[in-house]
Amino acid sequence: MIPSIAPTATPRKTALAKFSGHRLLTSPGGLAGAVWLAALVVASLTAPLWLPYKTEDQDFTAVLSGPSAAHWLGADELGRDLLSRIFASAAGTLGTSLITVIVGVALGTILAMTAAGAGDRAEGIISRVTEIMMSLPGTVIILAVIGAVGTNIPLIMAILGVLISAGIYRVMLGQAKSLQSQLYVDAAKVDGVGPLGISLRHVLPGLTNTVVVQSALIFAVGMLIQAGLAFIGFGPPIPQPSWGGMIQGASQHVYDAPWLMVPTGAVLALTVLSANAIGNALGKSPNATASHLPSAAIRRKRTADAAAAVAAAPAVENLPAAGQLSVRGLSVGVDGGTPLVTDVTFDVAPGTVLGLVGESGCGKTMTALSLLGLLPSGVSVADGQILWNGRNLASATEKDLEGIRGRDVALISQEPMRALDPMFTVGYQLTAAIRRLGKAGKAEARAEALSLLEKVGIVDARRILKSYPHQISGGMAQRVAIALALSGKPRLLVADEPTTALDVTVQAEILSLLRSLVKDTGMSVVMVTHDLGVVADICDNVAVMYAGQVVESGRTASILDNPRHPYTLALLAADPHANTAHDMPDRLATIKGQVPQPKDWPAGCRFAARCQFAGSACTTPVPLLPSGSEDGEVRCVKADELAVEGLAWLATEIPTHRVLEIVEKDMA
Amino acid sequence: MSIDTVEREDAEAVLPAPAMLEVKDLVVRYGRGRKAASVPAAVDGVSFTIRPGETVGLVGESGSGKSTIGKAILGLQKVSGGSISFQGSDITHAGSSQRQELGGELRAVFQDPNSSLNPRKTIGVSLAEPLRVRGIPAAEARTRAGDMLERVGLPREAVDRYPSQFSGGQRQRISVARALICEPKLVVCDEAVSALDLSTQAQVLNLLADLRDERGLSYLFIAHDISVVQFLAQRVVVLYRGQVMETGPAAAVTENPKHPFTQALVAASPVPRPAEQAERRRLRESLGVRTAAAVAASAGGCPFSQRCPLATDLCTTERPALRTVGQSDVACHYA
Repeated sequence: MIPSIAPTATPRKTALAKFSGHRLLTSPGGLAGAVWLAALVVASLTAPLWLPYKTEDQDFTAVLSGPSAAHWLGADELGRDLLSRIFASAAGTLGTSLITVIVGVALGTILAMTAAGAGDRAEGIISRVTEIMMSLPGTVIILAVIGAVGTNIPLIMAILGVLISAGIYRVMLGQAKSLQSQLYVDAAKVDGVGPLGISLRHVLPGLTNTVVVQSALIFAVGMLIQAGLAFIGFGPPIPQPSWGGMIQGASQHVYDAPWLMVPTGAVLALTVLSANAIGNALGKSPNATASHLPSAAIRRKRTADAAAAVAAAPAVENLPAAGQLSVRGLSVGVDGGTPLVTDVTFDVAPGTVLGLVGESGCGKTMTALSLLGLLPSGVSVADGQILWNGRNLASATEKDLEGIRGRDVALISQEPMRALDPMFTVGYQLTAAIRRLGKAGKAEARAEALSLLEKVGIVDARRILKSYPHQISGGMAQRVAIALALSGKPRLLVADEPTTALDVTVQAEILSLLRSLVKDTGMSVVMVTHDLGVVADICDNVAVMYAGQVVESGRTASILDNPRHPYTLALLAADPHANTAHDMPDRLATIKGQVPQPKDWPAGCRFAARCQFAGSACTTPVPLLPSGSEDGEVRCVKADELAVEGLAWLATEIPTHRVLEIVEKDMA
Repeated sequence: MSIDTVEREDAEAVLPAPAMLEVKDLVVRYGRGRKAASVPAAVDGVSFTIRPGETVGLVGESGSGKSTIGKAILGLQKVSGGSISFQGSDITHAGSSQRQELGGELRAVFQDPNSSLNPRKTIGVSLAEPLRVRGIPAAEARTRAGDMLERVGLPREAVDRYPSQFSGGQRQRISVARALICEPKLVVCDEAVSALDLSTQAQVLNLLADLRDERGLSYLFIAHDISVVQFLAQRVVVLYRGQVMETGPAAAVTENPKHPFTQALVAASPVPRPAEQAERRRLRESLGVRTAAAVAASAGGCPFSQRCPLATDLCTTERPALRTVGQSDVACHYA
């Protein structure tokens, strides 16, 4: 049932162990930082065992001396050994900085989780309080505390933690709120899990990454502030060593004993750097989200490579007529690896609409994007030809494609809002496109924009021109996106699920609009969709895709009314839209399993593993052959048998071997 | 609203069992204070009943308030007016402790299979959570999680895996398993199959139908797709801008819609048979329903009046009440 999962048992790891350990060890900076901090802590805790001197031991022969055999790091103005004093005081410095971290991060996280969970009013109150905390002068408060209770370092560091928690709260709040709005939190609420349970079980685990990163950074800040306080005389009482105090002592001998500053300064700087490096390593996102479409530079390089490769191929013969799109044996694949689309062939005559239909993962969007040279990074045309207006787009250079995209061939996508820039008005974007593509003047472009909007059925076009994308509805935005696509007077429109995100009433309007545009302008459309009803409504021809191949193609009416390929049969049987309330079956037909991953495609029929009719003949590669009805083609060795037998895809899931028996008995 | 039409002519109709869920004059407003008063209510006086073992479909376009009603029933959305009662007890403003008691009997399956399971928890932990909340020991909860996974067609071993290791359809089965693990009476399915491909959608719809027949469940099935609703639901409630436009037996509403909006909705839903679809398209175009206007209808009138081909002055000034037309109840002056 779950082929994607390796049979080995998944090791039960906690989320914390999974994310931090790996990232820390793979980053050199983080690794070095962790090693240094660990060494420092160990050295400091075991200091009484190995340090050569006590921190108060004075060696008057070595006052202000540099490194020597007796004193590896030298000695200070009272002849005390620097090495001993640095390491003996390390544990105290690190420990008290940890107090700041614990208080600050814990308080900030608790406040953020409370604010995110308790609703708008509580969030408002907590936010105002933290704003007041952030506006307080921290140094003054700390000095006031020292004035009142003396240099109680743990208390001071705890107060510093409270002050810092306001900043942590700010960082955490957004993340906690987005976690609170997840559906699994809703599901837990429905279970009756209380606010505390939700915060601890569902919100806190999502915050651990930020908590760890912030802790590392606050640790560094705590150490610096503590050293700063000791430097101005508010460190531990005098004979006790502290890094800040030692730096202060060294600063008085900068001219006569400059070395004195080096060991303590270096250790402090290294420790702060280590904490920051650990924070950076943990905070680094493992895979920064890449854009859906490749950058122009990548495309240029890629098309140059592709052009060189395809140029070696024999010259194109029998060029199709102008306005005719002919895709011949197109293969698209991950660069130097897995194929995603193989041997796709179809034609689109001027003024007709071709539907590419199939489930997700069948390669229909890849096929459509390759027509525009807009395949995602790392994916390219591996073989075949895309013949359009006398040229092969598969081997065109990026410069050629730039001249074609938007002018000759245009794209509308599933998310109309993504086609529009939220920062500019509809009018600005539309006129800019018209001026770029048509080289028209400003006034001319504006008039053209108005007429385009009217053409796509927008009644109050003047108001829409002045609107920003967020001010218009999804249906309106798709109309604008279509207007934008029409601005270059394209002869071929590639529409990738253009109505999937819209309400059905709006979908019907957009489909009617596209139909009338095709009729008026004579352009061709390649329409990617998973909705067989949309295909029935607008497509003249259809190519059904499964696992990167066309499995059946032909006239829409003959494919939908008289499907020949088992996959098409199954899709129609699974579609509740194919039935009315009166003939609705008790169970819908299903296809067992799921669309295989490209790496798992078998050499034979790719649908065989899920097919009710599969047999031994299905293990060899199956060509696309004429189906006998009009100019239809089908990729199934059993298509003729099935047509003769009149077999339908069964609604109940009968095991394959049972069906095979039935079919074979019938044949005998 | 009177729902008890002649749909079920058995003993139940004579001696009606107490409703599984009763929603009465539900009003939900977003925002607080003056802001809430200035915008139209997201849900505006909606009433319906779900009887034991019955599936009611809630259909409407985006912004019709159908998901908000589901959230209000589940206690995820504050209710501004009206009441919701579950098995006779009022849960309109139930707190988390009262919810915890019902949680087992009132469950939900959400739309997005990618975010309805916590990506940081194993399937076993997610499935066991509703049981653990009720104090069931971890070992027993784990066994029941395994049983439930097998019932929805997944291997027992899946308890130790994370959601990212499953496909969308499998994750939605896991969500169904999570909803059904504590033997609920009513499951709210909020667009539970909209994000799935055709063949997986059919698998999950079959699973929901099988489980209903096996366990006598009631569903509130919220969806934008009237054909999907009609597969599962016995009765359909059609919403437009937070108000009920039409309600009645699924077959009557989908095959003989009375309200102009329902007619538009049904005619716009495409069928995968080219000749029939061409006929539907002609019908839709002949209805003359106008494009959704950016401005909302006046508060006093019918919310659909601005798009309605039948609208008169009466429709813009007076909100039509639901009245019985044939087998359905319709909120239209001219139905």
